[in-house]
Amino acid sequence: MTPAVQIPIEKWTGKVREITLGATAADGGTRAKTVTVGGENTLPFLSFEGSIPHSPAVALEIQDHYPNDWSPLLKEYWGDLLRDPAAWARKAEEVGADIIVLKLISAHPEGDNTDAAHAAATVKAVLGATGLPLVVLGPGQADKDNEVLVAVAEAAKGERLALGNCEDKNYRTVVAAALAHGHLVVAKTPIDVNLAKQLNILITDMRLDLDRVLMDPTTGALGYGLEYSYSVMERLRIAALTGDSMTQQPLICTVGEEAWRAKESKVNTGVPAAWGDWKKRGIHWEVLTASTQLLAGANIVVLRHPDSVARIKQTIASLMAE
Amino acid sequence: MALSGLDIYKLLPKTNCKECGQPTCLAFAMKLAQKQAELSACPYVSEQSKAALAAASAPPIRLVAIGTGEKKVEVGNETVLFRHEKTFFHAPGIFVRLKDTLPAAEADALVEQLHNYGVERVGIKLHVHGVAIENASGDAAQFAARVAAMQGKTDLPLMLMAAGAAAMEAGLEKAAGAAPLIYSATAENWVEMAALASKYKAPLVVRAQGDLSALANLTEQIKAAGVEDMVLDPGVRTSHGTLVVLTQLRRLALKGGVRALGYPIVTFPGEDAESVEEEITRAAQHIAKYAGIIVLDHFEPANVYPLLTLRQNIYTDPQKPIQVSPGLYEISGPQPESPVLVTTNFSLTYFSVAGEVEGSGKPTWLLIVDSEGMSVLTGWAAGKFDAAKIAKSVNQFGVPGKINHKKLVIPGLVAGLSGELEEELPGWEIRVGPREAIDIPTYLKTWS
Ligand code: B12
Ligand code: SF4
Repeated sequence: MTPAVQIPIEKWTGKVREITLGATAADGGTRAKTVTVGGENTLPFLSFEGSIPHSPAVALEIQDHYPNDWSPLLKEYWGDLLRDPAAWARKAEEVGADIIVLKLISAHPEGDNTDAAHAAATVKAVLGATGLPLVVLGPGQADKDNEVLVAVAEAAKGERLALGNCEDKNYRTVVAAALAHGHLVVAKTPIDVNLAKQLNILITDMRLDLDRVLMDPTTGALGYGLEYSYSVMERLRIAALTGDSMTQQPLICTVGEEAWRAKESKVNTGVPAAWGDWKKRGIHWEVLTASTQLLAGANIVVLRHPDSVARIKQTIASLMAE
Repeated sequence: MALSGLDIYKLLPKTNCKECGQPTCLAFAMKLAQKQAELSACPYVSEQSKAALAAASAPPIRLVAIGTGEKKVEVGNETVLFRHEKTFFHAPGIFVRLKDTLPAAEADALVEQLHNYGVERVGIKLHVHGVAIENASGDAAQFAARVAAMQGKTDLPLMLMAAGAAAMEAGLEKAAGAAPLIYSATAENWVEMAALASKYKAPLVVRAQGDLSALANLTEQIKAAGVEDMVLDPGVRTSHGTLVVLTQLRRLALKGGVRALGYPIVTFPGEDAESVEEEITRAAQHIAKYAGIIVLDHFEPANVYPLLTLRQNIYTDPQKPIQVSPGLYEISGPQPESPVLVTTNFSLTYFSVAGEVEGSGKPTWLLIVDSEGMSVLTGWAAGKFDAAKIAKSVNQFGVPGKINHKKLVIPGLVAGLSGELEEELPGWEIRVGPREAIDIPTYLKTWS
C-alpha cells in the first residue's frame, strides 16, 4: 500500500473585500433588502480551503430607452416592459434578480440626449418600483456620465447605489458624487490587471473606502474574447488572495451586454444549421459566458434574459453546495 | 517532476571520459537538465539509470490517446493550473453516450448525426470527438452487437462502458485495434480489466468512489500489472464535488508530484444533473476546470456548439491570438469596380467579416492589415491598426492596381480614423461602414 494522498491546501493570505449594495430604512435608504458580495479568502467555490461567506449575486440589466438593437429573443420575452423602466424593474425582481442594473441610455448625446433631471426622475421611479439594490450606469460618454450620475447620486442619497462606470476619464466626478451621497462606484478598466489596480489607487487617493468599490474588469463573450477576460479575472483573484490590496474588490461582469451582441444569440438568418435551435443557443451563450466568469471569480454577473437568471442561480447553488 | 543537474549527475558513470562531447559527467548532466543534450550521447549509462531518468522526465500528467488514426483524441500532458501561466495543451474530448438499449434504428441515426456534425469557427473545424457505448442492457451479446454496428458507420473514437469483464471483452473483440477507452477498472474487477487493456492495447479508466488514496493505489497496482495508459474517474458527480476533486487532482499531479494520479480525467456532467440545460452548464465547468474526456448524455447542436466554442476559447494559447495572414483577399470574384473593405488579421475579426461579405454574395476585396492578431478596437487602442498602418497596407498589397476607384470602407468602430486616413491616402474617399459585421450585407447592397 502506498501512503495516503495528502490533499494540497493553498494557504492564501489575502481576501476579497466584502461589499454591501443597497441600504434599508435602518441605514438611511429605502431598499427592502441589501446584497452583500465578496469576503471569500479562497478561489471560487473551493470552500475546502477557505470560507466563502456570500454567494455570487445575479443582476438583471434594464434601460431607460427602448433597446432597438437588442436581440429579438430578448424583445420577445420582455415585450412592452422595455418601454417602462419601472415596470421592467418590477418584473426583473419577480423573475429572481438579486440586483437591478439600470443603464441611462437615453442621456447619450448621440441619442435622445435627455438631461440630468430626467435621469434622476428615472432612478426615483425605478427605486419606487423595486425593493432591490440598484446599480446605475451612465450612457457611456464621459461628460454625460458625469452630468447624470451627479444628479442621480443626489436624488438617491443614502440608497447605497453603485454608480458607474467610473473610468480613468471620469473617475473624479463619479467618486466625488459617491462620497458626497453615500454610494458605491463601479470601477471599469479594459481587461488588464495593472489598469485595474491603477484605477483603484486613484480612487483610494480620493479617500473613497475600498469597501465601496466594485471592479468591472471588462467582459468578453463566449467566442468573442471570453478567454481574455477569464484569465485576467483569474489573475486578479489570485493577486487578491496573495494579499495585493488594490485587487481585492469584488468583480462585476456585464455578461448579458456582451453575450447578446454575439451573432450566435442575436440572429438566426444565414447561420449554419450546426448552430442549432436559436433560442436554446442564445440562452446558452449568456449562461456559459456567465458560468465561466463565475469560475474565474465573478461576484456579480449582469444578465439580460430571465431564463439565464434561473439557470445561473441553479449553477451557483450547486457550485456552493458542499 | 524535472530533475536537477545534480540529481542527474548521481545517475551517470562519473568517469569523465568525455565521449559525450562534454568535459565532465557533471557538465553533461547540466546540459541534460537544460534539455540541451540527449542521454543517448553517453554510451555508458546503466539500464537502471536510463529507466530512472525516463521516469523522471515523463510528463506529470500522462498523455493518453483514445482511438487511432486521424480522429484519435489525445488528452493529458497539461503543465499548469491556470491558462495564463502558460497555456492548456490538449482540449477535452467531447463524447456522447449511446446505450445499447436504444433501438437499432435510433442508435444508427444518432451515430450518423454525431459522425457528420461539424461546424467551422474562426477557420477551425469543430466536431464531436467520440461515442461512449454503454452496456445498459447488461447483455454481453447486445453490447457486442452495438459495438459491431459502429463498424463502417464512423471512425470516431469509442469508449466502451460495461460493468463485467465478459461483456467488456465481447465489446472489445468487435473493436479490436481501435484502442477504445475501457470503462472501467474498480477495486473489485481491476485484475480482469487490466488484463483486457493489455490484451487489446486499449487505455483504461480507473474508478474509485470519492477516495483519492484508493484511486492512487489502484492505478499503482494496475501500472504494476503493465498498463500505462490510464484515465481517472474519481467517482464524484456533483457540481461542487467535481470542481473540488478535479482541482485537487490537477494540483496533486503538478505540484504534489503524485505520479499515481498523473492521468487525464473523465467526467459525466449529465449523471447528477436535473435537466439537459444543467448538464451543459456542468460540461462547461469541466471544460474550464480540468476534464480530459467529457461524456454527454444528450446530443443537440444548440447545446454542443456553445460547448465546442468554449473549449476552443479556453484552450487558445494566451500568448498567440489565432491569426490570419495579412493581405488582399478576394471574396466572390471581385472586379475593379468592387468595394474594398479593410479590417484586422485577428482570426475572429477576419472570419466575422469575411463570413458576412461572403453571405452577401457581393464580390468584394477584403484588405487585411497586420494588427498582430488584435481586434479592431484593441488594435486601434494599441496602435496596431491606425491610419498609417492601413495606408501602408493599401500600397503594400497593391490595392490601387486592382481597382478602378479610390474608395475604402473602414469598420464603423473606428469611424474616427477617417480624417487621418484621408490625409495618409490623398485623393481617396474613406467611407465608414457599419459597426457590426452582421450589418455588412445590408450596407454592401447599397454600395456604389
Ligand atoms: C479581448 C479584448 C482584448 C484582448 C485582445 C484580443 C485581441 N486579440 O484583439 C486583450 C486582453 C489582449 C486586450 C488588450 C487591450 N485592450 Co482590449 N478588449 C477586448 C474585448 C473584450 C473584445 C475584443 C474582441 O475580440 N472583439 C471581437 C471582434 C470580432 O470585434 P472587432 O474586431 O471589433 O470586429 C467586429 C466589428 O468591428 C466589425 N468589423 C470588423 N472589421 C470590420 C470591417 C468593416 C469594413 C466593417 C464595416 C465592420 C468590421 O465586425 C466584427 C463583428 O461585429 C474588448 C471589449 C469588448 N467586449 O468588445 C476590449 C477593448 C477592445 N480593449 C480595449 C483596450 C483599451 C485595450 C488595451 C489598450 C488595454 C491595455 N492598456 O492593456 C489593450 C491593448 C492591447 C495591448 N496594448 O496589448 C478597449 C478599447 C477602447 C476603445 N474604445 O478604444 C475595449 C473596447 C474595452 C473597453 N471597453 O475599454 N483586449
Ligand atoms: S560519456 Fe558518459 S561517462 Fe563519459 S563523460 Fe560523458 S557522461 Fe560521463
